[in-house]
Amino acid sequence: MTSFTKSLQFNCPMPKLDFDMITMGHGSGGLLTHRLLESGVFDLLKNDQLDQQHDGAFLETSGKLAFTTDSYVISPVFFPGGDIGELAVNGSVNDLAMCGAIPKYLSLGFILEEGLKMSDFWEILVSIKVASERAGVKIVTGDTKVVEKGKGDQIFINTSGIGELHPQAAIHHSRIRQGDKILLSGPMATHGMAILSRRKGLEFETTIESDTRSLNHTVRQLLDKLGQDVHFMRDPTRGGVATVMNEVAGQTKLGVDLVQKSIPVLEQVEGACELLGLDPLYVANEGIFIAVVDAARAEEALAVLRSEPHGKTASVIGEVTTSHPGQVVLASKIGGRRVVSYLTGEQLPRIC
Amino acid sequence: MKYLSEYRDGEMVQEYLKQIHAIVTKPWTLMEICGGQTHSLVKNGILDMLPAQVTMVHGPGCPVCVTPLGIIDEAIALASRPEVILCSFGDMLRVPGSSRSLLEAKAAGGDVRIVYSPLEAVRIAQQNPDKEVVFFAVGFETTAPANALSVVHAEKLGVSNYSILASHVLVPPAMEAILSDKENRIDAFLAAGHVCTIMGMEEYFPIVEKYKVPVVVTGFEPVDLLQGILMAVTQLEKGEAKVENQYARVVQREGNKLAQQTIQQVFDVSDRTWRGIGTIPMSGYEVKEDYKRFNARLKFNLDLGEVKENADCISGAIMKGLKKPFQCPNFGTRCKPEHPLGAPMVSSEGACAAYFAYGRKPEETVV
Repeated sequence: MTSFTKSLQFNCPMPKLDFDMITMGHGSGGLLTHRLLESGVFDLLKNDQLDQQHDGAFLETSGKLAFTTDSYVISPVFFPGGDIGELAVNGSVNDLAMCGAIPKYLSLGFILEEGLKMSDFWEILVSIKVASERAGVKIVTGDTKVVEKGKGDQIFINTSGIGELHPQAAIHHSRIRQGDKILLSGPMATHGMAILSRRKGLEFETTIESDTRSLNHTVRQLLDKLGQDVHFMRDPTRGGVATVMNEVAGQTKLGVDLVQKSIPVLEQVEGACELLGLDPLYVANEGIFIAVVDAARAEEALAVLRSEPHGKTASVIGEVTTSHPGQVVLASKIGGRRVVSYLTGEQLPRIC
Repeated sequence: MKYLSEYRDGEMVQEYLKQIHAIVTKPWTLMEICGGQTHSLVKNGILDMLPAQVTMVHGPGCPVCVTPLGIIDEAIALASRPEVILCSFGDMLRVPGSSRSLLEAKAAGGDVRIVYSPLEAVRIAQQNPDKEVVFFAVGFETTAPANALSVVHAEKLGVSNYSILASHVLVPPAMEAILSDKENRIDAFLAAGHVCTIMGMEEYFPIVEKYKVPVVVTGFEPVDLLQGILMAVTQLEKGEAKVENQYARVVQREGNKLAQQTIQQVFDVSDRTWRGIGTIPMSGYEVKEDYKRFNARLKFNLDLGEVKENADCISGAIMKGLKKPFQCPNFGTRCKPEHPLGAPMVSSEGACAAYFAYGRKPEETVV
């Protein structure tokens, strides 16, 4: 939990409930469900739409919409730099932003495992509140189910999101052209290594914190400034930067040239990857994005990214080329070149 | 990163490349023993930077690759028993046995856990006294001391529900097997730096003496590898054959005595089957009689019989350096990392998997 969330939690003390953990009754739809929602969720996340407590939400929108959904099953639920609640909001907000949309509304579905501590659930709810306020989205509808002990892993969250398309946005891989510059908004592999450092059996001492954050405000600035000259955006979550680049090369039938020494990685993240035998290019991220922009506007785009508090190390990491179509080629730090391909399965730590 | 970034310095790399280009006059074939070296050569794009006269072939030093099918089947059989928690290093999980992998055994309900250290497995045994915890003790001489130590540690703590499934292999006997093959074409070896950190360099003097082949103990970073190649090529061009140490910042001639004693305390040298190569006499470690209660093979009475490798895999020729991965008709077609026919495609350090992952195919060589 960040210090900001902590101070907010102080302002949002957990309501007095006569239960200290989630039981099957909280998902029954009966009195316990009612009391959990009335004295907890609704109060904390209140807004005009949610307050109507209807079966669904009535939404005011204009123009073309983007719609997305994502489920969050992360383990551990609390990790350095964030928790599952914050992740569930930021994830769907960022998916909308990557479409060139301005996120407006989210749905929030919980699958809770019997026995989840009420104080943990409250902490996650507070994170959801903070993250949605930061992103400027409203949670307008939701659902809570409880499964028996052993049928879940404390808490699973699904969020769906609706956003209004930015009037200048035209984000699609078909708009990627030869010569386009590829930008990365911040250091890669931070989230994945923060999670791994707390995985059971792999705990190691580190100061790495997840980079989970909403990207919609940065994206909006970028679109305000560059408009249609932003050709493509994607946040490299699971599979990391390498996977997104392979998707780009595969979909466009163009080649991607990456320059290893331009790709920002925090020193402690690089060290942890080294220790575990992992390639940071394939490690998950939650707070950075890749933008493919017209080469003539790359400097302006970089200036926008670098003006953000977390964007100091934003860089042009490569460009789109017609040589080696469908392939991603990395110029290594020592001047060699190699193909960067898809990963077959999960990246597994090596023996030696 | 001290001791790391210096060995990835682009200018140093270029300097060593220049020197290699300057001295090479004849074609030479060098084998890097260790899979970690293969991985680094390919990942950093070094193979394409070397002069055409220098051919690198990729040795058998990937523990995941050479673990025989039969032992993987044993691990899977253990993992499938309800009373067993099977602990393993991460990259053994994806390796297919004769019918499935440990990852699939896990999905089917087996309790399979990734650990970074065998001592972690001992801790799991302490925490689960009603379960049998088996550690899949795979690796070369590098991982043997820690694996042996886990047995000593478990004995000291009185942990009786811990055992190891040993599949340890040794480098020098494999080098001899390669050198004594009548088709051998290896002119010099880059010996595996980490193995030598434990075992020292003494074992290589008789090999150099007998086969008149240079052996350079080499590290894993780009500068290490190029310096090692330069040292080997220099010896070859001068007609010399001696043991040299490129990795002197880590490797001492006598190795790590304490680690060697721990190995000797727990393990006996034994014959071992290498996946893709076959049985090499006295090329592995088995748990000593004194510690037999920690030997999972005896504890669970494992005997699954002979298991045959896929006949279409030419891994023997690959691991002896007789063929390049893309000379195999199945490379990248019937045989891919998600569906490996044999050993060198299963781990990222295997020669075939490294070639596949970094796109090294003759028609697509990156220039």
